[in-house]
Amino acid sequence: MKDFIIPDPRYYGTGLDGADMGTPAVDSDQVVTLSIDGFAVTVPAGTSVMRAAATIGIDIPKLCATDTLDAFGSCRLCLVEIDGRKGTPASCTTPVAENMVVHTSTERINRIRKGVIELYASDHPAIGIGDPANGDSRFQEMAARVGLREVRYEPGANHVFTHGPNGAENPLHDGGVDRSNPYFSYDPAKCIACSLCIRACDDIQGTFALTMEGRGFDTRMSAGGADDNYLTSDCVSCGACVQVCPTGSLQENAVIEIGLPEREIITTCAYCGVGCNFKAEMKGDQLVRMVPWKDGKANHGHSCVKGRFAWGYANHGDRILKPMIRDRITDPWQEVSWEVALSEAARRLRAVQEKYGRTSIGGLTSSRCTNEETYLVQKLIRAVFGNNNTDTCGRVCHSPTGYGLGQAFGTSAGTQDFDSVEHTDVFIIMGANPTDAHPVFGSKLKQQMRRGAKMIVIDPRRIDLVQSTGIKADYHLPVRPGTNVAIVSALAHVIVTEGLIDEDFIRNRCDWDEFQHYAEFITDPRHSPENLAELTGVPADVVRGAARLYATAKNGAIFYGLGVTEHSQGSTAVMGIANLAMMTGNLGRDGVGVSPLRGQNNVQGSCDMGSFPHELPGYRHLSDDVTRELFEDMWGVMLDKEPGLRINNMLDAAVDGTFKGMYIQGEDIMQSDPDTRHVAAGLESMECVVIHDLFLNGTADFAHIFLPGSTFLEKDGTFTNSERRINRVRKVMEPKNGYADWEVTQMLANVMGADWSYTHPSQIMDEIAATTPSFAGVSFDLIDRLGSLQWPCNEKAPEGTPVMHVGEFVRGKGRFLITEYIPTDEKTGPRFPLLLTTGRTLTQYNAGVQTQRTANTVWYEEDLLEIHPHDAEVRGVRDGAYVRLASRMGETTLRALITDRVSPGVVYTTFHHATNQTNVVTTDYSDWATNCPEYKVTAVQVSPSNGPTEWQETQARRAEIARRVLPAAE
Amino acid sequence: MTDEKMIHMANQIAAFFETQPEDAVAAVADHLEKFWEARMKAQLYAHVDRGGKGLHDSVIAAVTRMRETA
Repeated sequence: MKDFIIPDPRYYGTGLDGADMGTPAVDSDQVVTLSIDGFAVTVPAGTSVMRAAATIGIDIPKLCATDTLDAFGSCRLCLVEIDGRKGTPASCTTPVAENMVVHTSTERINRIRKGVIELYASDHPAIGIGDPANGDSRFQEMAARVGLREVRYEPGANHVFTHGPNGAENPLHDGGVDRSNPYFSYDPAKCIACSLCIRACDDIQGTFALTMEGRGFDTRMSAGGADDNYLTSDCVSCGACVQVCPTGSLQENAVIEIGLPEREIITTCAYCGVGCNFKAEMKGDQLVRMVPWKDGKANHGHSCVKGRFAWGYANHGDRILKPMIRDRITDPWQEVSWEVALSEAARRLRAVQEKYGRTSIGGLTSSRCTNEETYLVQKLIRAVFGNNNTDTCGRVCHSPTGYGLGQAFGTSAGTQDFDSVEHTDVFIIMGANPTDAHPVFGSKLKQQMRRGAKMIVIDPRRIDLVQSTGIKADYHLPVRPGTNVAIVSALAHVIVTEGLIDEDFIRNRCDWDEFQHYAEFITDPRHSPENLAELTGVPADVVRGAARLYATAKNGAIFYGLGVTEHSQGSTAVMGIANLAMMTGNLGRDGVGVSPLRGQNNVQGSCDMGSFPHELPGYRHLSDDVTRELFEDMWGVMLDKEPGLRINNMLDAAVDGTFKGMYIQGEDIMQSDPDTRHVAAGLESMECVVIHDLFLNGTADFAHIFLPGSTFLEKDGTFTNSERRINRVRKVMEPKNGYADWEVTQMLANVMGADWSYTHPSQIMDEIAATTPSFAGVSFDLIDRLGSLQWPCNEKAPEGTPVMHVGEFVRGKGRFLITEYIPTDEKTGPRFPLLLTTGRTLTQYNAGVQTQRTANTVWYEEDLLEIHPHDAEVRGVRDGAYVRLASRMGETTLRALITDRVSPGVVYTTFHHATNQTNVVTTDYSDWATNCPEYKVTAVQVSPSNGPTEWQETQARRAEIARRVLPAAE
Repeated sequence: MTDEKMIHMANQIAAFFETQPEDAVAAVADHLEKFWEARMKAQLYAHVDRGGKGLHDSVIAAVTRMRETA
């Protein structure tokens, strides 16, 4: 299965053609030279003999060793002989020594190896040498390599057979294959008890869901406790165990059903902002499986249940593959040709402009689409629509990051790469839940915690990083929703008043006078943890302890999420976080920094690409004449220098009657944006809504033209992840709808009078590079050569920039901003006494259109309302029963989950399911600087309920009517 | 957008810049110029013309300054 692999593996130093080196690389200043099979080899001290051999292309047979896990030494297959040493030591657990002479293949060793494999085979007849279902298993390969052709022994008393040789039932039999997980199966009959799966679960994923059960012939791996199967165990379905299994005991169901893949292409996951690289393994144009790529710099061969398994939506029967139009949103859809759909879209959008003015239309770029597609959509709006009414879902998640970090540091992005955390001693994780929302990064954090790094979690809810198997945070600050700025100020107050600042850093890197002013502000007793304890709900001693821990760390790193940004003071909280890092000198090197965790795969990229209404690509404001003229020359049009409408402003203007048409690529604002009734009212008042998407989502219920979209498997391009890493997306199959999304946007632009002639997305990236200084060195060729790269990438940093603000901030001196706490106007009271905050769960993604068209729903089939036992009891709310969730804005129903993860007075839910309509209750309050909605604070009441609200029923009826499709006229 | 919502948004901006050491009026004006679309600004101006009820003083002063430089 080596049809072709891109990028060219010759450019990688991690192994020969992605070879498994057997044990992890060792970082050492000292080197050791030894002889292996007569070849001299020099490796870092501490390297295993197995890895040393692999570096010169000698692949010692192995079953239980892999270079992503520490050596275990259980399979006895990797034995070698070493001159002057007795016996046959395991090469995986034997470190190299100076002048050591190693023989990896002797008559004696080969005889032992063959015997080892023969014994395994005799007790595991189910592995069946030559069984096509295991054709790609390492066991098969090893059996072939040692020359095992027959097995001389009868099986012993083991758990494989239902009945013994005498016909009696076998008491050791375990009931057969565990098929409870929808994506992979576990056949204990093939388990050789090598523990690779358990070690992967523990050491890489950090879930500790698997264990070895039984003794002797009865031994096999077991998921969870005695009565558990894979589904009921703690397993999070990350796939790490399946990936390392050497016998096919753990196997993807797709491989069992379809057979082995024939070729593989490296691409990038289209789920969260971690940006994992995967090998898309194909049979013809059919995707068989996604396997995380070991050389992927964001994931290093790890994955989560979404990226690894939940790609079935790409082939789902609900996908719309033909363009459709209709006159009214109550009409059924009519399938038409692309030509008709595009010319109708163009005609109607222009008609709206004729009637209501040039600025009466706009659009949304998609944070799920590629950089190149996003760039084209904003170009369409600015250059063809002739206004700046462009926005993206970055508005409703991390726009305060853009503003806040832009003000403090001079650029709108995280400061670090993910690998930086390997140098971190103390973490602050604020308003983010990485183990659910950024799972591969969450696992990396847990690995560093198990190595001894300290953890401070600031979150209203007890997320898994606070405490779960194998880890425990040192501090949890269960901050009351809406008081982030106060808690950040309390931390800063402690650091400044207790003299824990890094004065050298502040004097050298920041404006000292500005800091003096800030210090005067923050030392005021009103910011003390004692004074703020009642407001924030966090005891003063916890705040003081956390502040001291962070400030005294050698390397302290802050990662934060939407729990920081999605507030009335989101931008101020981001500035406060930047202040914390600057005052402690935690910027500009490995292990430190301020890093936002981005929600969607390409939120960073869509923001970089000029999706926001006030700025052109590269975060340059429209009012900057030089930049504007650069694009005017490149695009051959005059550009409006007035900022356009943001998404919430577009909807307001729509309700007012001045905004009448939209082109929405890959975003479901009906579900993901706050105050759903207002969104509906805005959409309903428009005359031409063009939806470009995979499915008929909630927003499409209000659309007049539907342009079918393509999945990430069907196009070329790039995504930019949370670490500014530009990853390649590679087309692994033809677009089922006929066109990649960038082609659709180009066709629409051209029907509307543009003259674009891109024939490949690389040309769009070339245009971005030509116009955007931080992307000046970026090209598809360079990304292909390096695997991925982090912007800025230009003359100063020809291969990109892993860590930003080294030596100097982008803006010159770091800027301390005053962060006065100003309470939100969303307040609890007698009618709405509880605070609702929202988040995500591991198996679901955003508005659910993708994950709910996969088997991921077995883990989370509806949104649940988490409520504290005390709050539940006084309201008569029972666990699992329907409750009514009401706010000033609206009400909905969903099931209750009684848990002490949330504090009394706080309830929590997710926004994944259209039927639950969580955003009906969220308000239209927003961040003061950016209009990012305040999703995280809504005053609500909860009461028992019998079923759906009138709104939910209306929506369901509307969807039923709006989603009727008539076949194309003959 | 309702006037009520517009007033709330404008006052939020003023509330932040009032806490900063720089000239709040200039900062509010700059922020509105940079981030508010023309019809939002027009609605704000119209409300100021009607007396600016509910608006923070520095918003009203910022509007005056924006009009002078426009």
